[in-house]
Amino acid sequence: MKTNKFKDTEHLWRVALVFAAGIIVFVLVRAVLVPRSFGEYGHYRGNALTDIAAKPVVFAGHQACETCHSDILAVKKDGKHVGVNCEACHGALAAHAGDPGTIQPPKLDTAVLCVRCHQANAAKPKDFPQIDAQEHSSGLPCETCHQPHSPLKGLGAKP
Amino acid sequence: MNISRRQMLILLPAAAVAWEAVLAGTPEASPNYKLTEHWWGMLVDIDKCIGCGNCVRACATENDVPEGYFRTWVERYHVSDYDMANPVVDSPNGGKNGFPPVLESGGKDFFVPKMCNHCADSPCTQVCPVGATFISPDGVVLVDKTYCIGCRYCIQACPYGCRFLNPKTHTAEKCTLCYHRITKGLTTACCEACPTGARQLADLKNPNDPIHAYLRTHEVQVLKPYMATGAKLFYHDLDGSVR
Repeated sequence: MKTNKFKDTEHLWRVALVFAAGIIVFVLVRAVLVPRSFGEYGHYRGNALTDIAAKPVVFAGHQACETCHSDILAVKKDGKHVGVNCEACHGALAAHAGDPGTIQPPKLDTAVLCVRCHQANAAKPKDFPQIDAQEHSSGLPCETCHQPHSPLKGLGAKP
Repeated sequence: MNISRRQMLILLPAAAVAWEAVLAGTPEASPNYKLTEHWWGMLVDIDKCIGCGNCVRACATENDVPEGYFRTWVERYHVSDYDMANPVVDSPNGGKNGFPPVLESGGKDFFVPKMCNHCADSPCTQVCPVGATFISPDGVVLVDKTYCIGCRYCIQACPYGCRFLNPKTHTAEKCTLCYHRITKGLTTACCEACPTGARQLADLKNPNDPIHAYLRTHEVQVLKPYMATGAKLFYHDLDGSVR
């Protein structure tokens, strides 16, 4: 009888087909599961950058405030608070900047606000103006004497 | 129309790729922002920090940080001149409501604002098993929360303790350096709200940024330099006792 050492090739073809099918399934599943932008910049989803950057801002930024409130800017200009941005005291106001007509900034309470920065604390820098609120004003609101936008104006104090 | 088996095999992957494009949608681009033109960092001037907590509150407002968790926080150090190596550190509610009066006498007291150092060689991104956290081409360490599986490796890896697991989404969360603001030409919420200018956003690739003049003329340190993380949160006037 003639011997054929390749008589079982049929089995090999079946295994090869199973492998080929497996590879095709892998490629298809991978194409569905891996986002297109994965690997655009590195081993991560490139579109994550645009997703994170698309979040709306809550603090408008002092540039936005200054486009309308130039009068306040003029008061602040020569005062001690010239470097303090509007939203440091007034809070996040991107909503107001986007719709100034209907959304009004909340009224501020100087009794809470001023002491946040100016209440004496040994850990604060020594050259930063600090007071003991009780001793300094015996409970009077700060704006009785100080204009918050230019706190030493009209007080005859050293500039 | 007859499609042979061979044509079908060629068409299937192509259809899958096309379907993926449909699912992904068109990303919203910031038109004038070029990733390759920036390399972000931050400057903190300890000498100017008054511990008011404005940065902590602003960050929480801007980024919906859950109560009790912090993307930035302020620590108060009390360093006794008899025991420099063991400073007493407190940070009540992350400094969000300011600080009570200093109780210990003697030695020195100062505030240290802390946040993500946006390391150029960050340990947290190296351990992520799924590619959910990464350093963006403009030098900001970010988390893709749609990819994060909440395994917490990155939280353990951060030498500065800047990450936490969001209790609602169960994904890792951290300072994004207000990526949604800086890509629009604004500064970060913490810098915007800082009344003394103790925090300054710095673009290290922009030769006109004042950071370059500052770095040339001042003594500046980063935290844990021996870990070679390439930290980009620069501290001026940092005491050696700060950990």
